[in-house]
Parts: sequence; C-alpha cells; structure tokens
Amino acid sequence: MDIFLQQIINGLVQGSVYALVALGYTMVYGILGLINFAHGEVVMAGAMLALSALTALISWGVAPLLALPVSLILAMAGCMLLGFGIERIAYRPLRHAPRLAPLITAIGVSIVLQNLAMMIWGRDYHAFPQLIKNQPHYVGGAIINDIQIIIVIMAVVIMAGLMIVVHRTSLGRAMRAVAENQHAAQLMGVDVNRVISITFMLGSALAAVAGLMVSANYGLAHYYMGFLLGLKAFTAAVLGGIGNLRGAMLGGLLLGLIESLGAGYIGPLTNGFMGSQYQDVFAFFVLIAVLVFRPSGLLGERLAERA
Amino acid sequence: MSKLEVNGLQAGYGGIHAVKGIDLHVEPGELVALIGSNGAGKTTTLKTLAGLLNPSAGQLLFDGKSLHAVAAHQRVAMGIALVPEGRGVFARLSVAENLLMGAYSRCDQAQINEDLARMYALFPRLVERREQLAGTLSGGEQQMLAMARALMSRPRLLMLDEPSMGLAPLMVKKIFATIREVAAQGMSILLVEQNARLALQVASRGYVMESGAITLSGSSAELLGSDAVQRAYLGG
Ligand SMILES: Nc1ncnc2c1ncn2[C@@H]1O[C@H](COP(=O)(O)OP(=O)(O)OP(=O)(O)O)[C@@H](O)[C@H]1O
Ligand SMILES: [Mg+2]
Repeated sequence: MDIFLQQIINGLVQGSVYALVALGYTMVYGILGLINFAHGEVVMAGAMLALSALTALISWGVAPLLALPVSLILAMAGCMLLGFGIERIAYRPLRHAPRLAPLITAIGVSIVLQNLAMMIWGRDYHAFPQLIKNQPHYVGGAIINDIQIIIVIMAVVIMAGLMIVVHRTSLGRAMRAVAENQHAAQLMGVDVNRVISITFMLGSALAAVAGLMVSANYGLAHYYMGFLLGLKAFTAAVLGGIGNLRGAMLGGLLLGLIESLGAGYIGPLTNGFMGSQYQDVFAFFVLIAVLVFRPSGLLGERLAERA
Repeated sequence: MSKLEVNGLQAGYGGIHAVKGIDLHVEPGELVALIGSNGAGKTTTLKTLAGLLNPSAGQLLFDGKSLHAVAAHQRVAMGIALVPEGRGVFARLSVAENLLMGAYSRCDQAQINEDLARMYALFPRLVERREQLAGTLSGGEQQMLAMARALMSRPRLLMLDEPSMGLAPLMVKKIFATIREVAAQGMSILLVEQNARLALQVASRGYVMESGAITLSGSSAELLGSDAVQRAYLGG
C-alpha cells in the first residue's frame, strides 16, 4: 500500500470538510470582523439533525438514496435557522459593543449549544447508519471509497457555487460592499442587517453539509464533535487569511493534508515515540506558526487594512 | 410642494449637539447650496437626511412624505441619494461593480444597462477603468465614480457632500461642470461645500451654517454680495 498517496487522499477528504467550515468563519469575519466561535457547534447541529432526520426517514421506510438528500436539506434548513438565530440573539445587540464582548458571547453561545445538544441527543456516540455500500476503489496502491469521492465532489461543487454567488450576483456584490463599508452600502439601498443575516445563513448551510460529511465519513456523530472540528477549521481560515474566501478553501485543504501526512509519518519520524494519535497537534502547530510568521495568513491582506 | 423640507432639525452624537434646529427646503429642480466652515454641522445634516443618523428632533419631508422611521436603505428606493464626504467608493469592487451597487434597489435590468451607458458617457474617464478596482482610481476619478454611482439609483434628490474636497483645480472644474449638467436635466440637488464661491456660482439659493445653526439664507447673488459671507468665506 502506498502510504503517501493514501494520506494525500485522506487529507483532501478531511481538507474539503475543513474548507467548508472555514468558509463560514471567514464569511462572518469578513463582513462583521467577528470570530463566530459558535460556528463549530453549528456543524455539530448539522450532523445531529441530519442523523435524526435520516434515522426517522429510514424507519418510515424511505429509500436511502432519497433519505440522504432529504435529511441533508432538512439539516441545512435547521442550521440556517440556527445561524440566523445566533446572529439575531447573540451578536446583533452587541454590534457596536467593544470587540471583546461578542467574542465572549460567542463562547457562551457555543457552550449553550453544546449543552442543548447533549440534552436532546444525549452523551452517547451515535452511529451513522450504513446506507450505501461505500464501495472502496483502488488507485495506485491507495484506497478511496464512495463516500470520500462524494465528499470531495460535493465540496468542490458547493465552493464553486459560493464563489459564483459572491462574485457574480447582486447579493454577492452587496455582501462585499457591506464587508467594506456598511454606511456606504446603506447609501446604495442595501439592507445591511438582511445581508448579515444571509451571510450567517449561508455559512451555516455549509456547516450543515460539512457536519453530514464528517459523520458519514467516520460513521459517528456526537454532541461534542463541533468543538475540535470548529477549532481546526478556524485554524484553516487563519492559515488561508481570515476574511478571504479563497484563503479559507486553500487553508482547509492544506490543513487537511498537513494533518494527514503528519499523522502518517509522525511515527517513523519520531522513531515511534509519537504515534498518529498526535494528529490533532499539527493543526495547532500550524496555527501558532502562522500567527508568528505570517499573521495575515497565506492570502490575507496586511492587517493594517483590516483594523 | 417642496422636494425636501426640513423643519427644526436637531441631531448630534451622544452628548454633542451638532445640528441645533435648522429649517431648509429644496424645490423641485432646484440646486441649493449649504455652506459653512469646518464643524458647522453640514455633514451631520446630510447624514440625517440620508437616514444614517437619527434626528433628536424635527421633521423631514420628502415629496411631502415624512421620513420619520424610514431606514436609510429605504430612502434610496424613495429617491434620495447621498454622495458622502470622502466619497465612500468600494475600493475592492471594480468600477463597474460600484456602479451596479448604485442600482442595487432597482430591478429594471434593461434601464439599468441604459443608465450605465449614460454614466460612461457622462464620465468617459470611467470607461477604460471599468474593470479596475475602485481603490486604484485617483481622487478625482473616485469622486466621478461616487457621483455616477449615486445617479445610478435614479434619485429625485441628489445630495453631495464636499465634492471638491482634496481635488486639483482642474478636476474641481470638471466635477462642477457635471453638477451643472445634472442640474440642467432637472435634478433637485442639495450641495454642501466649504468652497462657498464655487457652490454659490452653481446654486440658485444658499444657506450659511455656523455651529449647528443656519445664520443666513438667500439667493446666491445675495449671499455672494453680502458682507458677512464675503468676510467669512470668500476671503474678501
Ligand atoms: N462621529 C462623530 N462623533 C462625534 N462627534 C462628531 C462626529 N462627527 C461629527 N462630529 C462633531 O459634530 C460637529 C459637526 O460636524 P460635521 O461633520 O457635521 O461638520 P461639517 O460642517 O461637515 O464640517 P466639515 O466642513 O469639516 O466637513 C463637529 O463639532 C464634529 O466634531
Ligand atoms: Mg463635512
């Protein structure tokens, strides 16, 4: 088996998920200058909602190939509502407060959502039902299975769609205008609050997709899964340059690859002293390295322009 | 009926009273100047009219309709446009995108395209810079873009906040020629300027504002001839 190729594949799959989640962080940051630390919980909510919908649909005898997209759409709708509510309740009243206030609120929202999820879905791991055969395919000594292929294709399609919305539509222009100058955007007739709500909802819809992807890929969902995933995706957004959409995608893919290659080679590199269970530390090494050497990220602007 | 009528307008920032009860009006098709020195409250007045700032007292009527509780973005759809102080172009959007932002509240695509063509005819400089990011334009070009962008909303009242600020004399001349042209087409305009002579040369009437109050008003000729204006603003 070709370990290198295998880790590249795993990295791309995981990176696609990070990229989708990182986009949510970066879109909100771009428009409000706010780090929505509750975003990871939205991913978790997406996974849980999708799983609940899926279980219910299957028990009613709905065919898996129909149940999957339907539960994805339900999860997206649920997360959009959640994202809308988070902004409305937790962030909008603090729009003009000092920057620390919404940051602390974000952590509060995150804890509230985790606990709510624990009350609704319990503390147990939920197994993701095996719905499709998930056929493995062999490419050059490595394995990629159906779910992984679907994850990568969906992520690419969604990201391309998002880029089209942001760069080619009137809504996207308004989003970029609001990100740059809210007063001037208002003078153009833009309802700034509406655009901000839509931004949260778009980011949350991507989070729902990502949530379903990870739980399908690992076969598990858990009320706590949003925490680490959210932190890593945030790292990816910072790595790419927070506020920059292309940066979030690049950062997500890179982080996925770094983690995966790191996990694959850390054993031999440390003479077996450290094993692949240390995979998670790579994300945070990357975060620290970026903050030290290139605080504005790979594609980010100089920070002065953003102050 | 006046295009714009302002009665007893007061506005400020927290404890600062920047506008202390002013009355003014703009008739349909009229170009009115609002002049005054730094900190007089001119920008505050325009911001309040555009809806970016809530008045603390007073009445604003546009076409006889109260603007009370009408949000800034809704005023654009009603026909009020402001070219803000410092222009406020979207630096990271292209020139063409900035113009399209001006038409954001419209959905008549065919006429939007017509208006785009008219703006490029009015400001030929913008044509070759269409795809360029607005942040890369010179100050004068940005002022042109800001004006064209405001006109893209098909306003019925155009408010300009110091269009001459920071521009070279030749560019100021160009901008003012365009203001004249737009006014000649029947637009109602409220023009704020520190350059009093220039403003009064294009306006038919004017108001002089000092520390939040209107201290003088009259036809441009009267104001240009008045001793007070001569001394305070025209260096004569
Ligand atoms: N954002 C703000 N916060 C607090 N005070 C402000 C703010 N903007 C303006 N002011 C104050 O309100 C008063 C009026 O300011 P305004 O900008 O309306 O004056 P102006 O006539 O437009 O002056 P200029 O010709 O210099 O542009 C000034 O005393 C100013 O310091
Ligand atoms: Mg001013």
